[in-house]
Amino acid sequence: MAEPLIRFRDVARVYGTGEAEVRALAGVSLTIERGEFVAIMGASGSGKSTAMNIIGCLDRPTAGEYLFQGVPVQGLDADQRALLRRHTLGFVFQGFNLLARSTALENVELPLIYKGLPRAQRVALARSALNKVGLSGRENSDPSQLSGGQQQRVAIARALAGNPRVILADEPTGNLDSRRSHEILKLLQALNRDEGITIVMVTHEEDIAAYAGRRIVFADGQLVDDPVKEARP
Amino acid sequence: MIWETVTLAFTAIIRNKLRSFLTVLGVVIGVAAVIAMVTIGQGSSAQVSASVESLGTNVLSLRPGKFRMGPPTGGGAGGQPPRFDLKDAEAIAVLSAVAYVAPQVTTGVTVVAGNANSTTTGYGTTADYLKVQNWTVALGRGFSDAEQAAGTPVCLLGQTVRDDLFGKSDPVGERIRVRTLSCQVIGVMTARGAGSFGQDQDDLILMPIKTVQRRLVGNSDVESLTIALRKSATSAEGVDQVSQLMRDRRRIALGQEDNFSVTDMAEISSVLTGINTVLTGLLSSVAAVSLLVGGIGIMNIMLVSVTERTREIGIRLAVGATAGQVLMQFLVEAVVLSLLGGVLGIVAGLGLALVGSVLLSIPFAPSGAVVALAFGFSALVGVVFGYFPARRAARLDPIEALRHQ
Repeated sequence: MAEPLIRFRDVARVYGTGEAEVRALAGVSLTIERGEFVAIMGASGSGKSTAMNIIGCLDRPTAGEYLFQGVPVQGLDADQRALLRRHTLGFVFQGFNLLARSTALENVELPLIYKGLPRAQRVALARSALNKVGLSGRENSDPSQLSGGQQQRVAIARALAGNPRVILADEPTGNLDSRRSHEILKLLQALNRDEGITIVMVTHEEDIAAYAGRRIVFADGQLVDDPVKEARP
Repeated sequence: MIWETVTLAFTAIIRNKLRSFLTVLGVVIGVAAVIAMVTIGQGSSAQVSASVESLGTNVLSLRPGKFRMGPPTGGGAGGQPPRFDLKDAEAIAVLSAVAYVAPQVTTGVTVVAGNANSTTTGYGTTADYLKVQNWTVALGRGFSDAEQAAGTPVCLLGQTVRDDLFGKSDPVGERIRVRTLSCQVIGVMTARGAGSFGQDQDDLILMPIKTVQRRLVGNSDVESLTIALRKSATSAEGVDQVSQLMRDRRRIALGQEDNFSVTDMAEISSVLTGINTVLTGLLSSVAAVSLLVGGIGIMNIMLVSVTERTREIGIRLAVGATAGQVLMQFLVEAVVLSLLGGVLGIVAGLGLALVGSVLLSIPFAPSGAVVALAFGFSALVGVVFGYFPARRAARLDPIEALRHQ
């Protein structure tokens, strides 16, 4: 069987030392296969955001092993992890995190600049990504001219433009009202279904998590509920 | 990628126009000051060389007393040093190394023509003075031998005196009053402009030396002699012959000091140019300090900018920028800023130098090397003072940076 896309083996992440030691993750093992749509749930402080940061190669485990496509990420330096993010990962954040004084098109172009693509190709790819999220015609709008839902679509287009294997969405609907939230989730679901992009999403809302194909629950740095684990002891 | 980085830097700079301008102001002022100092310094050096060259090569100056820079103090231990007279000039003229001798007497005079008057310097000299000075008559004619021998009241006007007395009209043949002496204008000299120290070289009238001695000064002294050497003679030979002759004529015993001095004009020129270079260097290094201060200003603002844009840096790191690329982005921004400052400074400095040159009546002598150096130096300021803020940006933790409000 092929190596899964994401594999945690007893991953632990400890902040601080001695008295001030905080165990954000205390030995988590899980696997995520290509094409899955996984929702990670849990109370705040449960370790779900830490797990997302490690999956996103923004952080490294202090113990255990994280394999991305079979490659041990804990052995990669900052530049190698930057390259991994550039070529395989797309991020969607709760606060959208768009560059404020750049247009929607420029925001979507950003990862493509770091990919070293020529301008014409960047613009073409960015337009097509904006088209996929239903924002054709808003290319030259600043984030301030767009609604929250539209801003999050721009962020999704940005994640999409780099042609990633995985989109990591950290509470993508946290700043949106219920109607926009469902629109965003339908969009993510469609990308998962039609483009085959693996999606890992952190949320604490049950109805949002319901869009995912699999629901993982963290508590106190431990994985407390994972259907796959139960099915595959 | 490099082009994108530069474009990005320009975008960031234009976004904060006022702040960017204030940031680079230090560099602008530093570069402008250095450029202006050096350009004006070089102009005045060129002016000194040119005015010495206009005396012709191999020109000696014979003055009473020991040679010193600055105004003659007279007096001293031995009292007033003895003056020369026209016999000295005649004796020097026959030396083998000497081509011409121009004895000079000067006296302050008020000249009057009709309702106009002017205060100027009366030079008593001979026609050879013009040859020694490489100076020509623009209108009219020079002194004749008969006029020189007889001490006829005739005069040649410098351009400034001519403008004061006659405006643009032709003064040749007119009579003017020099003090109480009625004097016929026989010619007008060509304009020479300002001298090495900014003095007006055209503010004078020339008269036969005997006329000045007899009718204005009332004695037969000669203040100084300008001696042009033959092309075949070296200035050392000339100095030697003139000194020996004067010692003989004055019966100065062996081992006794000269009571006159013979100076080579080329020597004076090199002394003046040397002083000029030292002054220029000194002023430029003071100006260069402000460049340093300007660099610190850039560092300060870049640090503020990194803090303000922490979130942007986090976003860039998340979408796959390496630390090196973030470092480069901020470094290029600092360099572009300081180069902009450099260019503005060069323009301002050259402008200042142009105005200064006109005011001081010296040639405007911009130097490509200095401009290139200033440009290179401002780039260096950007790199040196931009590196620390850029490194701070590059070392941000992406998770922390994204969380930054």
